[in-house]
Amino acid sequence: MTGSLAPVAVCIAGHVDHGKSTLLGRLLHELDLLPDGKVESLKAASEKRGVPLEWSFVLDSFQLERDQAITLDTTRVRVRTPRRELLIIDAPGHRELLRNLVTGAADTSAALLVVDAQTGAEQQTLRHLAFLRLLGVRDVIVAVNKMDLADWREERFAAVRDAMAGSIARLGLSAHAIVPVSAREGANLRERAPAPWWRGPTLVEALEALPVPEASGGGPLRLPVQDVYRMGERRVVAGRIASGALAPLDEVLILPSNRSARVAELAGWPDAPSHAATGDNASVVLADQMVVERGDLLCSPDAPPKVTSVFDADVFWLGHGELSAGRRLTLRVGTREVGARVSAVHHVLDDDTFARKAAPSVGEGGVARLTLRCDTAVAVDDAAALPETGRFVFVDDGLIVGAGVIDASGYPDQRRVLPAAGDIVPERHQVATVERDARAGHRGAVIWLTGLSGAGKSTLALALERRLFDLGWNVYTLDGDNVRTGLNADLGFSPTDRQENMRRVGQVAALFADAGLVCVTAFISPYRDERARARTAAGTRPYFEVWIRSPLEECERRDPKGLYRKARAGGIKGFTGIDSPYEPPESADLVIDTEHLDIEASTRMLVDFVVANCRKS
Amino acid sequence: MAHDPLTALEQHSIHVIREAYARLKPLGMLWSLGKDSNTMLWLVRKAFVGRVPFPVVLLDTGNEFDEVYAFRDRYVSEWGLDYINAACPGVEETDATLPPASRAAARKTLGLKRLIAERGFAGMLLGIRRDEQAIRGKERYMSPRDADGRWHVREQPTELWGHFQASPPPGGHVRVHPLLAWTELDVWRYVQRENIPVCELYFSRGGKRFRSLGEKDITFPVTSNASSIAEIIAELETTRQEERAGRAMDHEREDAFERLRAAGYM
Repeated sequence: MTGSLAPVAVCIAGHVDHGKSTLLGRLLHELDLLPDGKVESLKAASEKRGVPLEWSFVLDSFQLERDQAITLDTTRVRVRTPRRELLIIDAPGHRELLRNLVTGAADTSAALLVVDAQTGAEQQTLRHLAFLRLLGVRDVIVAVNKMDLADWREERFAAVRDAMAGSIARLGLSAHAIVPVSAREGANLRERAPAPWWRGPTLVEALEALPVPEASGGGPLRLPVQDVYRMGERRVVAGRIASGALAPLDEVLILPSNRSARVAELAGWPDAPSHAATGDNASVVLADQMVVERGDLLCSPDAPPKVTSVFDADVFWLGHGELSAGRRLTLRVGTREVGARVSAVHHVLDDDTFARKAAPSVGEGGVARLTLRCDTAVAVDDAAALPETGRFVFVDDGLIVGAGVIDASGYPDQRRVLPAAGDIVPERHQVATVERDARAGHRGAVIWLTGLSGAGKSTLALALERRLFDLGWNVYTLDGDNVRTGLNADLGFSPTDRQENMRRVGQVAALFADAGLVCVTAFISPYRDERARARTAAGTRPYFEVWIRSPLEECERRDPKGLYRKARAGGIKGFTGIDSPYEPPESADLVIDTEHLDIEASTRMLVDFVVANCRKS
Repeated sequence: MAHDPLTALEQHSIHVIREAYARLKPLGMLWSLGKDSNTMLWLVRKAFVGRVPFPVVLLDTGNEFDEVYAFRDRYVSEWGLDYINAACPGVEETDATLPPASRAAARKTLGLKRLIAERGFAGMLLGIRRDEQAIRGKERYMSPRDADGRWHVREQPTELWGHFQASPPPGGHVRVHPLLAWTELDVWRYVQRENIPVCELYFSRGGKRFRSLGEKDITFPVTSNASSIAEIIAELETTRQEERAGRAMDHEREDAFERLRAAGYM
């Protein structure tokens, strides 16, 4: 070994009867890596149990494992091939021991699957693969084992190979190599297969050809704060750099407090380092005295993560019972712990086919896509861009009971709408609210309509405006048409721009209400956060959230502007209801069911509600 | 940008140490005075910018080698350590069904149990490594022990992506193993790179040296001419002998070490 490269970590997985431990034991023997006396002690242990020489005993180190011929817990073996150093991690296969698999495999980049040539992959092996993918494994080698029992028939190998290649591709992974072996006989491990038809690599050659995991190091700064140490006058912020680098004089953004600070010095022993990079445990002294605590994130001000209280995630669930919408858990993202609730289960992987299927909940050992809503906004990255800060574990009652990788791409960055600190002291108006109300005969208010595209928001908003106007009220409707062309002409349709669009609408509606108007807004406004912000913006003014409710299928059938058709065809990205979520109101002031009520009935219901609530009392 | 293998191990271990300190209070560290626990102590100082912010403990059977005691006395004062000498109960208090050398080793288990009961430690750092002994290969970085100090190997917690279960069970504590992923060779290479002091017994005298230090009545030297760290490294790169070959209790019965571990041995 040269000492220059860390070993490539490979997780070995497979069904209990497919010969995984045997393969690993035999591989060590073939590579001449067993210590003196090991083979003799194996023989003794095997004889004692009355079984032929059992290579798996090399690895099954618990007496219980040897007695029951199963692997209970993770085993790690360093394997030196002629050209490569590997760390092979043997993780158990039983469903109830998935936490051991996860623990063993979490830091691997490649997987070696052992599959019985006679039966093909077991469902459990494919489940492993789904887990391994979420854990970060990308390259897969398949050893089609027990070829001796299949008389080294090429058709048998080809059948298993084709089935495995299909399964691996379906899970979004790449099959690096699929090779026939006989672990018991030591065939095609290091020595070539006793089959003239096989022209591919030996297993050792396939392992040697695994790509080196990408060296991380670039990317924007992410430093989850682990602790703060008081050292005399200095406060040392401690944390391991998940991405990027740091040096004295750098400016860092601290989230979620959204303040900036300059790095005064990097502490260290025996020497203080000149800079700290990805993977380093940094000891940072900030120039500005400010409160930083465990759970905060230091990051690059020019490429910060997204601050959001809601995101989607691909997760695996190891906890007891079913995980379904409404379930409360703790998430640990970096060093931050936050309470969260499952707000939707989008799909789960089917146990047998591993296809996505709709299901109300995820069972123990299941893989699923969820929407999670946190109690407070957290700083996260999309796992696809920055894996280290784009993932989390589920904690329940102090135990780690699952994990997930984050996709926040459909959600806006709430950091943009965090309240800005400032010294603005509002002027007191000389016209009082009661005076405005007295003259108008009604109170100024915000009537916030929310619902899917096609639910009837604009129709009802404009009908309400007409009726109230006819009653002599001061009323005005804000919709996409009159804000997008002027006030918000600078905004596009990215999640963040859409969020800013809603923020401005909320502020304008609040001003209109303050001026004494009934301001009706007609926007999808799919997120609870943005509706909550609009409510906050209204301050003491009456604000009513009205859910114009109609199921997606019905809205899509109506499709008044042809937008659903366009979105389904891929012409519009991030369209609410299609590839972007709609969060139904949890406590709307009024719900109008336009699937069952016609326009006239709906309008009457809305007008009656507004008149009852805004008429001058 | 990627770390060399030793730095990768070093940084991973420091992360574990800091995480234990942040989440397990009070925290202590077993300092058995061997190369591994000296390496761990070095990593602790790196983690906390030169300080050792918790007590270090020797489980003392009175049976350590004289050279080991001399080493302790020197560095307790030189490094300003908050040192606890925890006297271990006599062999008559150990499980009588264990083989003799394992019984001697079990004294430390009892000493540790007593110490934790007296001091109320929530977490204890230990310098064990996976490659030392197959059973240790099954360990977690943070491994809960129940109120009796027992290890429940079938119910080990999930650890991934630098997240650990740092919550002691009721009345129990958490064993923290920052060096778990290191090999014997890694330790010696790191000792060499960082110039970490180690006890002279590791170096060959009269054709013999200690590869692993335990009590003097149950630890035996191996044949070796390696009298410097560089020579030890060269020897380990080619040896086919197991590190704990000189530790009697590992070889008494097939399951002796497993039983010791399950009952709370280090």
